[in-house]
Parts: sequence; structure tokens; C-alpha cells
Amino acid sequence: MAAKESKLNEVVLQGNEACAKGALYAGCRFFAGYPITPSTEIIEMMSGEMQKAGGAFIQMEDEIGSACAIIGARWGGSKAMTATSGPGYTLMQEAIGFAAVTETPIVIVNVQRGGPSTGQPTLSSQQDVYQARYGSHGDYEIIVLAPSSVQEMYDFTVRAFELAEQYRTPVILLADEVVGHMREKIVIKDGSKNIKSVKQQYVVSPQADFFKGEFTTVEGQLHDEQGRRIGHIANKSGEFIYNINKKITDNIDGIADITTYCMEDADVAIVAYGSVARPALNAVKHARGVKDDRIAPKFKIVKDLMTRGIQKTIKTDYSHLKVGLVKINSVWPIPEDLLRQATERVDTVIVPEMNVGKYCREVERVLKDKKVIPMSKCGGDIHTPIEILDKILEVTGIEEEVDINE
Amino acid sequence: MNKLYEKYIKKESLPNLFCPGCGNGIIQIAAMDAMEKLNCKDDVACVSGIGCSSWIPCYYKLDVIHSMHGRALAFAEGLKLARPDKKILVFTGDGDCMAIGGNHLLHAAQRNIDLTVVMVNNYIYGMTGGQKSPTTPIGAKTKTSPFGCIDEPMNACKLVMSLGASYVARWTTAHPVQLAKAIAEGMDHKGFSFIEVLSQCPVQAGKNVWGEKEPAKIMAKYKEVTYLYKLGSNDPTGAMAEKNAEGKIPIGLFKNDENAQEYLERVEAKLAESGIAR
Repeated sequence: MAAKESKLNEVVLQGNEACAKGALYAGCRFFAGYPITPSTEIIEMMSGEMQKAGGAFIQMEDEIGSACAIIGARWGGSKAMTATSGPGYTLMQEAIGFAAVTETPIVIVNVQRGGPSTGQPTLSSQQDVYQARYGSHGDYEIIVLAPSSVQEMYDFTVRAFELAEQYRTPVILLADEVVGHMREKIVIKDGSKNIKSVKQQYVVSPQADFFKGEFTTVEGQLHDEQGRRIGHIANKSGEFIYNINKKITDNIDGIADITTYCMEDADVAIVAYGSVARPALNAVKHARGVKDDRIAPKFKIVKDLMTRGIQKTIKTDYSHLKVGLVKINSVWPIPEDLLRQATERVDTVIVPEMNVGKYCREVERVLKDKKVIPMSKCGGDIHTPIEILDKILEVTGIEEEVDINE
Repeated sequence: MNKLYEKYIKKESLPNLFCPGCGNGIIQIAAMDAMEKLNCKDDVACVSGIGCSSWIPCYYKLDVIHSMHGRALAFAEGLKLARPDKKILVFTGDGDCMAIGGNHLLHAAQRNIDLTVVMVNNYIYGMTGGQKSPTTPIGAKTKTSPFGCIDEPMNACKLVMSLGASYVARWTTAHPVQLAKAIAEGMDHKGFSFIEVLSQCPVQAGKNVWGEKEPAKIMAKYKEVTYLYKLGSNDPTGAMAEKNAEGKIPIGLFKNDENAQEYLERVEAKLAESGIAR
């Protein structure tokens, strides 16, 4: 799986490999993991590259052990990451809460597969979007990034390490099987980025890395500035919980990240995250008449109509649809202000998701005054651009205009 | 406060939360003695899980991870790999280490990774109020074995010896000097060092497990029910046996293999063999 490197540092990589490369560039020097489809390429690449980079790698006995080991390593001073998928991610939840409460900067990659339970090991989904946010018990806030391309697998991994260190919190890279396994040409950087750690400033001090003579106590029970337990004191515990949440919610501006496309004059917005943002972008390009060799819409139209039993070669005209895309890069905390601003001029918002329709509820909450339409797709297939455009035709009530050719 | 206490205990963290007569204080001091003996305080960090015994390091003037139930060894392995130059001392209990944390115990021992584990065996889940643990003796009535415990107790020393642990010892709170020496030897030893301490929980295990609530009397009992196993002797019972012919539990040093290759040594050797410069 050696990448072909060119002079410009342009390489063809698989998403999972790009994630591993991004972590190494971000200065990650500890990886603990347990193999699980469809994330396994990350641990495979780390098992060799991490040690070549002078870091440490360990294949743990399970996923909760992996999550615990990276927390231990981070207190030892190494930036640390683990990668997993559905069942393994569930197994890590207790450690994620521990990292949140102890303000340990770690990065956890969840290359989502279909669930529940063993589910669909080899197919994609976005079913963990709530688990990424609410997975561990108790009240805490967390940062979750959702990459939609191989380049973003690389860039967002680096960003995840930055955010983790900046806000002293676990950061989840919520990828999925589609972006994990696809191959694309991307640009990677040489060397290693110097990401500075922020010394604890929100809830607990001294919180120095270990062996600095500061006698840091890393305590999972709610604790005071000296790491002493306060779990039995109601008012102090309440303050702790508010502080640990406010640390993230008060800093949304520094975390929130969206990308918009053709939203300036849009009447309808697609709000998407992760790999589903790809067909969504494709749909917008098609409706807007943007030439893009990679999207081949005509073929898809024909195929799509054929499956519906229509005999004639029919081309549906979507060119009257003023569609735009809002791609959510930082899924949690939900970038409320950016989302509101971006969708200011539209009345209708379509939210395609590879789950039963989860994030659309959040979008609905944020965009109370708009018509928010969920577009759920379960089973492992990603939405096609045409499905998305057809959905828009359906919900906007604009009659389908058809050209019958020949 | 005596000098050892001043050096090792965070005054502001007192009073501790141990019940009167608990064995944890003896173990806490024994580990302080061990660190003092090795003069290594600046190079030690502690990791513990959840349970009464896992509070032991929280009072030390050291860097401490008071981690999750059962996961102390996983945290400790990460910390050790990030800082191979330092000594990591792990405090855990019988339930923490062998029940919920059993998987990590197996693999840490098998790896022979350079950690020193003090497993405090009080034969009960003390913090939650006296439920059976993996070491609760057969027949003992506890809050979750009201008709008497039906499972044979697990033998932690036997388990880790059968894997790759290279230093294994068992002592009791009635042997504080020997215990301190064993912890010091364990910390000095390169490899997975496992020291089981039979400890008293007068509150939760006393009456039901030992028929005795007085801490001093339980400790006296520990002297009665144990015998000193001598490593290298022709002891017909062997260190891995639960009890000898007289029904006594072996204590002492069970294994001290200086030649066993430690995990990180094996990692570095393999990398060197593959020509990977570090």
C-alpha cells in the first residue's frame, strides 16, 4: 500500500492511510488500537510508521484498553490517538468520559460502519452521530469533526490534534467507511507540525504533564484545582459540570467550521456532513450546470430512471433548482450561528444522512423557522446525487420538468 | 507528621477516606518505604483503578492517574510506553484487577511489560458495601452470596506466573517489612512485577469472610493461615498451589526471573533487527 509520492507531495492515498499520515504530521507519537473493520488500515499503518517516527505503538487486548492507554500516554507527554469502528467505539465510551472529565487531549477516530451491534462491518453509515456526542454517561461536551474526502481525512486529523490540545478535550474524528476506504490524490506536508499544548486553564490546575514535579492528580471523580475529589459536595460538583461544558460551548466560534457552496443565491439548501456531503455537492454542481468530469450525471439519470421502470431515455431537468450546500465540518458542537447565517435566505433545508434521520433533528432545532426535511438512507448505500435532486423536486413542489429525447 | 510522611503525603489531601483498621494504610507506608529505599521518588508515577485500594496513591506527592474501574493496567501501559525511563507503580484490588480488569491483567503479564503492580486482596468488594469478589473464599456469605459463595477463589499469583510475569510475590499486611522489600524489589526489577497483599477489610469482609471484626485479630489470622514459601527450596507444594498439605497459603517471593526479556526490550530489539533507527 505504498503511496506514490511526487515532487509536489501529491500522493494517492486511501482515507484511512491519510488519517494515519495526518496524525504523524500533527506530532502524534503514541498509538494504541485493536483491529476492527473498516478502520483496520489505520492501525496497520501506525504499527510500522509510528515506530519509524520514533513513537510508540501497541496493539491492545481490546478497545477500552486502547482508549485508556492513549490517555495514559498523553499524561506521559506523547500526543496520542486510537482508531476504531462501531462496536469498538461503543466499548471506548467510558474512557471518553474519563478523558473529558480529566481534560486529557486525545484523538479518537471512528470509521463508522452500519449498526446496531455487529451490524454491517463492511458497509458505511452515519449511525454513530449521536453516540459521538452523547456516548459516555453524564453531562459533557465534546468536539466531533466529520471528514468527507481523503484530503479532509488528513487535514481534519491534524485539526483534531490542534483542537484537542487547545481545549484540553477528547476530539472525535467521525469518519465512515466511504471516506475511510476511498482513494484520492491529496496534498500532504513534510515534517511535523508543532502543536502547542495549552496548560490547563478551565477547570483544574496544575495539570502539567507528568514528571514535572507538580504532583498532578488525574482524577475521574469530580475534583477541585488540586485534583481532590469533590463528588460528595453538591455545589462544587455543579460548578465543575457547568465549567467542563462551558469550556466547549463558550468557545464554539473557535471550533465551528462549515463549508458553503452556491449558497449566495440558493433557494434550497442541502445540509450534509461526512461522506454524504459528496453526492450533495455533486447534486448542487449538476443543478448549477458545473462541469465536473467525475460526476457523470447523465449516466446516473438514465440508470436511475431505468430502475424505476421507465423505458424511454428521459432526462430530468434540474437546472431550474437553485440549490446550495452547507457542509458541516465540525458536527459537534453544532455550529448554530454559522448554520443560521449560511441558510439565511432559504426556506427549505434537506438533510441527507446515512441513518434513520438524526442530525436533521438538531438542524430543525437550530433552523426553527425553516422547513427542514430529513432524507434518511439506511442499509449501507450512500445517497446518489439524483436521489437528492429528486427529493428536492418532491419537497419544493416544483413540478418535474421532463425532456423526452428521441 | 514524621519525615517520611512529610516527604510523600500531600497534607492537604488528608484525612484519607479509609475505614478505621483498614489495611490500606500499611500498604501505603510500605510503598513509601520502598521508594525511599530506592531513592527514586522523582522517577515514579502511580496509576490506580477504582475501589478502596485504588485510593492509596491519591495521597502521595507524586503524579497519579486515579483511573477507571479495571483499567489501571491499560493506562499504566500507555504511560510506560510514553516514558520508558520512569517507574510506574500500579495499585489495584482483587475485583479491579481480576474481575473487571482481568483481560488487561492477562495481557500485561504476558507482555512482561515493566510495571510494578500491588494488588490489594481484601477478599471482598469493600467500597460498594461487601459483595463477593473473585477471591472471596468458598462458602463465605456476602451481600451477593447470601447462601455462601459457590465459586472457587481465583489465585492471582498463579495466574500471572503461568503467563509472563517475571517477579511475583505474595505478602500480607501482617508482614509490612517484607512487603516494603518486595515492592522495592519489584520496582527495581525490569519486567512485570506483581505483588499480592492479603489485606484486612474489617468492615465488609471481617465478620462474614474471617468470622472476625477486629483488624489486629484478622492480621494475626493471616500469620496463622500462611506459611513462608522459600524460592529455590524443594517445597513439594510449590508457589502456585492454593494451599499446602496443612491447609496454609504460601507467602513470600514466588518468582524472580532476571533473564526474562521485558516488553520494551523486545520492541527495541525487533526494531534494531529490522534496521529501523530510532
